[in-house]
Amino acid sequence: MASETSCFTTEPPTAPAAAAGGLNFNDTELTLRLPGESRKSGAKRRFSGVTDLKLGENDRSDTECSGVTESPSSKEQVVGWPPVRSHRKNMTKRDCKYVKVAVDGAPYLRKVDLEFYSGYQQLLCAFEDLFSCFTIINVTGDVLNERKLMDPVNGMEYVPTYEDKDGDWMLVGDVPWKMFVESCKRIRLMKNSEAINGSGINHRQLYLFT
Amino acid sequence: MACSFPEEVLEYVFSFLTSQKDRNAVSLVCKSWYEMERWCRKRIFVGNCYAVSPRIMIRRFPEVKSVELKGKPHFADFNLVPDGWGGYVYPWIVEIAKGYPWLEEIRLKRMVVTDESLELIAKSFKNFKVLVLSSCEGFSTDGLAAIAANCRNLRVLDLRECEVEDLSGHWLSHFPDTFTSLESLNIACLGSEVSFSALERLVARSPNLKTLRLNRTVPLEKLSKILQRAPQLVDFGTGAYSADVRSDVYSGLVDAFSGCKNLKSLSGFWDVTPAYLPVIYSVCSQLTSLNLSYATTQSPDLTKIVSQCHSLQRLVVLDYIEDTGLNTISMSCKDLRELVVFPSDPFVADAIVPLTEQGLVSVSYGCPKLQSVLYFCRQMSNSALISISKNRPNLTCFRLCIIEPRAPDYQTLEPLDIGFGSIVENCKQLTRLSMSGLLTDRVFEYIGTHAKKLDMLSIAFAGDSDLGLHHVLSGCDSLRKLEIRDCPFSDKALLANASKLERMRSLWMSSCYVSFGACKLLGQRMPGLNVEVIDERENINSIPDYVPVEKVYIYRTVSGQRFDMPDFVSIMGKDRDGVYNLS
Repeated sequence: MASETSCFTTEPPTAPAAAAGGLNFNDTELTLRLPGESRKSGAKRRFSGVTDLKLGENDRSDTECSGVTESPSSKEQVVGWPPVRSHRKNMTKRDCKYVKVAVDGAPYLRKVDLEFYSGYQQLLCAFEDLFSCFTIINVTGDVLNERKLMDPVNGMEYVPTYEDKDGDWMLVGDVPWKMFVESCKRIRLMKNSEAINGSGINHRQLYLFT
Repeated sequence: MACSFPEEVLEYVFSFLTSQKDRNAVSLVCKSWYEMERWCRKRIFVGNCYAVSPRIMIRRFPEVKSVELKGKPHFADFNLVPDGWGGYVYPWIVEIAKGYPWLEEIRLKRMVVTDESLELIAKSFKNFKVLVLSSCEGFSTDGLAAIAANCRNLRVLDLRECEVEDLSGHWLSHFPDTFTSLESLNIACLGSEVSFSALERLVARSPNLKTLRLNRTVPLEKLSKILQRAPQLVDFGTGAYSADVRSDVYSGLVDAFSGCKNLKSLSGFWDVTPAYLPVIYSVCSQLTSLNLSYATTQSPDLTKIVSQCHSLQRLVVLDYIEDTGLNTISMSCKDLRELVVFPSDPFVADAIVPLTEQGLVSVSYGCPKLQSVLYFCRQMSNSALISISKNRPNLTCFRLCIIEPRAPDYQTLEPLDIGFGSIVENCKQLTRLSMSGLLTDRVFEYIGTHAKKLDMLSIAFAGDSDLGLHHVLSGCDSLRKLEIRDCPFSDKALLANASKLERMRSLWMSSCYVSFGACKLLGQRMPGLNVEVIDERENINSIPDYVPVEKVYIYRTVSGQRFDMPDFVSIMGKDRDGVYNLS
């Protein structure tokens, strides 16, 4: 995707970026020129901070890119601006973490925001909502809270599995919720028969309907 | 000439005067009224702890039951006042302990309060009832333990946004079992966990408890227990508002909240799990105050709540409310008096936030009683400001912060002078104004011409020349507090309006162009002012006179210069003995 010559260059990107049909590599390449200068159209607001104050000069003309530019994080260099008190400074929303959810046999995938849920039970409820043919079965036995979904119409059971950061397919529910959110790349509701026979996930046969 | 009324009658009449302003006016009428008034004054408010000494206060007003003090200047909230500047309450407590042994109430704002001070308070006042600490720092939970253990008649312990050294939550257990007078407890700013059973028992034996604001560590699952013990609560602040969704917890909360028939104010809501928000629906219609500014949840959740709050007068919320949420408010909350919108991502320059000037315009249109606004946003236009001013001429407090300094009208790219000009021209009762965005000297001309009731003005990254400052100082007749940062104002306007400064409480200027020489001159010329230069550079005594100071804080005082200054603070124009330095 990115030009494979190198992500590091000391010149502004020229022909290669244009030749790539408008794909803007500026955002990813490191250059001496700071990123983001052509990212937005329209006059860019610049705050030149304390050092740039000149008596009598009209700040309105200061719309061209100046040599002293900022990355988005440079606001922190101006002490006390914007005027929010320190206990309010860390108020950022949790990041959205949207992952694809595939169901064996379904014609299309769905997406869920894992950050929106606070635990496995909520996530399974969400699957119930998204794929309205399912109900949750709680499996008890040696492994606590092993969960599955079932389609009552055809009696098929689906096991929630996910692909983790290492590319391995794992059973949903083994690790603490937050760890799962962090490592999950996508989710697949796997037909139980395949789960047992196909990918080698060890599966308990004992279950009770709730 | 004999006095026309007997003293007892006058004293009785004076007892109806509660406002400090009225009492001050009354005391100026004649000597006998001055004498009578000073003997019956019960509450004192000192807006600047360095403006007067505690001894002067005690000498004049011997029968005071309630003292309120303010210390650091407002910009200390934004880290502009270096640590160690001052604002120590201990010397005041020492004197007050001697002069007012029957003192009942102490309220402090932006002061340094040590454990020693709290221990002295706990020991000295046998009938102590009310302790309110706003934005204070310097004490630990040990100090709170001393208050809890010793103040037998305590009614109010209110810690608002204080920086407390949290040694443990054990302090709460120091309230004795015989202690039953608690009416108000606010510990929202504390970090450590208090013993839940101690808290529950305290609540259970406090039949007069009306205000309870918990801290983050009190789990949501236990909230219903507390509420069941105190269904009479009027003002409640939750702890962390998150938990795994469980139907038993959910229904417990629904029942608990619906049992609180007197609940008028809600706050807290850290780390919200949206699924639990509907538990408060049953009380929404009775709420007059709602603080959701820690609820990092999406607009639909927030909107669903506020749309049911038909009695709401005060709302504090994050920009997650979005323009759509504010539009709902403009239709549902017809009694709204105060709106505060904080930014969720203040330090990200280019954040896309679906909250714009439109939200504020709709609220100004739909809420006829709206008087007070604090609004953070990322774009503004003159036309929006003009609309707001025409919709809401009854505004008394208008504080607008456009995140990017010197941002112009995003539609026309012009300065926002005429927009703010319209605000001061149409809102004739405006007492407080904070401005932002691209502003020239023109806006200050409008302010000086129209803002005759303006009491407090905050300016940042604005203006072109001294003319701007001159307009404000010469035109704003009621101005008492002026705070300025990063503006090209220098010596001329300041020196030309020196006498105005004695009619104000204080002036703060940082990162401007006021020189050392001008500060010295001002300090020499004006005996009633302390001109404090706050400058952390080395060898400030050898910096030439023409160099601008980093920060200067000028305030009127009758107690002369102070002697608790750190080395980066100098009082200009007076030598160590308070005599004028003419060299």
